[in-house]
Amino acid sequence: MFRPLPDSSEGPTVTVFVEGQPVEAYVGETAASVLLRHLGTARTTSISESPRAPFCMMGCCFDCLAEIDGKGSTQSCLEPVRDGMTIARQMSARKVVAR
Amino acid sequence: MAQPDHIVIGAGTVGVSLAYGLQKRGQSVCVVDGGASDFRAARANFGLVWVQGKGGNLPAYARWTAESAALWPRFRDALEQCSGIGLDYQKPGGLVFSLSEQALIDRRAVLEEIGGGALPEGVEMLDRDALQARLPDAPLGPEVAGASYGASDGHVNPLKLLAALQQGFLELGGEILWDWPVQTLRTTDDGYELTGPDGETLRAPNVIVAAGLATPGIVAPLGVDLPLRPQRGQLLVTERMAPMLPMPCSGLRQTADGTVMIGTTHEDVGLDTGTTQASGTMVAERALRILPALSGARIVRQWSGLRVLSPDGGPLYTQPEAYPGLWTVSCHSGVTLAAIHAERLAEQILAGALTGDTRHFSKDRFHVPTLA
Repeated sequence: MFRPLPDSSEGPTVTVFVEGQPVEAYVGETAASVLLRHLGTARTTSISESPRAPFCMMGCCFDCLAEIDGKGSTQSCLEPVRDGMTIARQMSARKVVAR
Repeated sequence: MAQPDHIVIGAGTVGVSLAYGLQKRGQSVCVVDGGASDFRAARANFGLVWVQGKGGNLPAYARWTAESAALWPRFRDALEQCSGIGLDYQKPGGLVFSLSEQALIDRRAVLEEIGGGALPEGVEMLDRDALQARLPDAPLGPEVAGASYGASDGHVNPLKLLAALQQGFLELGGEILWDWPVQTLRTTDDGYELTGPDGETLRAPNVIVAAGLATPGIVAPLGVDLPLRPQRGQLLVTERMAPMLPMPCSGLRQTADGTVMIGTTHEDVGLDTGTTQASGTMVAERALRILPALSGARIVRQWSGLRVLSPDGGPLYTQPEAYPGLWTVSCHSGVTLAAIHAERLAEQILAGALTGDTRHFSKDRFHVPTLA
C-alpha cells in the first residue's frame, strides 16, 4: 500500500530487521515508515487489541508504538533507522516480565 | 428550588457518599461544590479500600474501617446499579512488602498490637516463598523478605467511584450546584444560611461540611476549631501492561486498565500540589527493589494530591453542641470509608447524633486537659 517517494529512495541504505526478516531501509527514514511499507501496522491496543498503524508520523498520536531494538512502547515515527536495528510490532499489552 | 432537608458542602468522595446515603433514605439533599482551583483529594486518590494496619492508635478506627470494607461489596452493587457506572472494584486481599527480615518482624509486631496480641482476623504473614507463590507473574527483587497479607483489602478506580456517587445521587433526585464556593455560613432561626457566589443564598435545617482542607475555614467563623492539615503524596503511573499484580499492594497497584500506580510520599509542604523529581525517583527506586521488572516500564504520569489529615490520622467527625444540625466530616480514607459513610454515618446524621465508634472521632480526643 505504501511506497517511498522517488526522491527519498535515492541515496545510501542500511539493513534493518523487521520481525526477524532483513530488509533494506533508506537512511533518514524512520522505523515507522519501514513498518508501514512492510507490515502496514505497528501494534494492537493494550485492552481491546484492535490494530493500529502509524498515523501522524510526528510524535503526537502514539499509534506507532512498537518494539525497537527490544524496547517496547517506543514511538517508531521518532526513531531514524540504524544499521542492524530490530523492529517488531507490539501486540496487546506490554509484558515487562519475561515468561 | 424548594428548601432541601440537608445541604452538603463538598462534592468530593466524602461529601457525595453522605449525600447519596441521605438521598437514598428519602431526604432531599443539595450539594454545593467549590471552585475549579480548589484542592481535590478525591481526584488524586490511589484507590485502595484498605484495612490492614489502620487504627493502631485508635481502635475505633480499625473497627470502623473493617466494617466499611465489609459493607463495600453490597455498596458497590447498589451504586453500580443506580449510577450505571462500573467501579472496577475488586477484593482479592492486599499486601504490604517488607524489604528485610527485620522489617518483616517489625511488621508482624505492628499488626499484632492492633490485633491485641495476635494477628487481626484475615491477616497473615507470608515469607518470601509464600509471597512469590501468590505473585507468579511478578518476580520479586532479592531484598524482599516477605509481606503481610490482609484478606479484607481491595481496590477500586477512585475516579469512577466519584463519578458513580455523583451520578447515583443525581439519579435519586439530588441536586449538585457546581462552582458554588461557600463564602459564609451563618445560623438562622430554624437552621443555616449559606452565601455563595454573587451573593446567592441557600437555606436548610441541616448542613454537613465535607469540604476537605477547606472545612476548617468554613466553620471557623462559628467558633468551631478543627485540627486538619494537608500532607502531600506523589504518585507515578506507568503505561498499560499485561496483568502482573493480582492484588493491590501498599504503594503499588495495577489497575483494571493495566497501568501500575506507584506511590507514595508523605510530605509536609503546606498547600503545594507540585511534583518533584526527587520524590519521583524515590518512589520509583523503592518499587524497583520490590519488582525489578518495572525497570522496563514507561512512566506516563506523575501527580500529587493533598491528604486531609487529623493529628492522629483518624477520621474527624463533629456535631458541635451549640449548633444542632451542623456536622463536619473529614477523613483521609474517603474511598475506604465511602460505604460506611453512605450507610452508618448517614443513618447517624439522620438520627441526630454520633453514636458507637463514631463518638471516638470527635475533636475531643485531641483536647489536652490543662493542669490545675
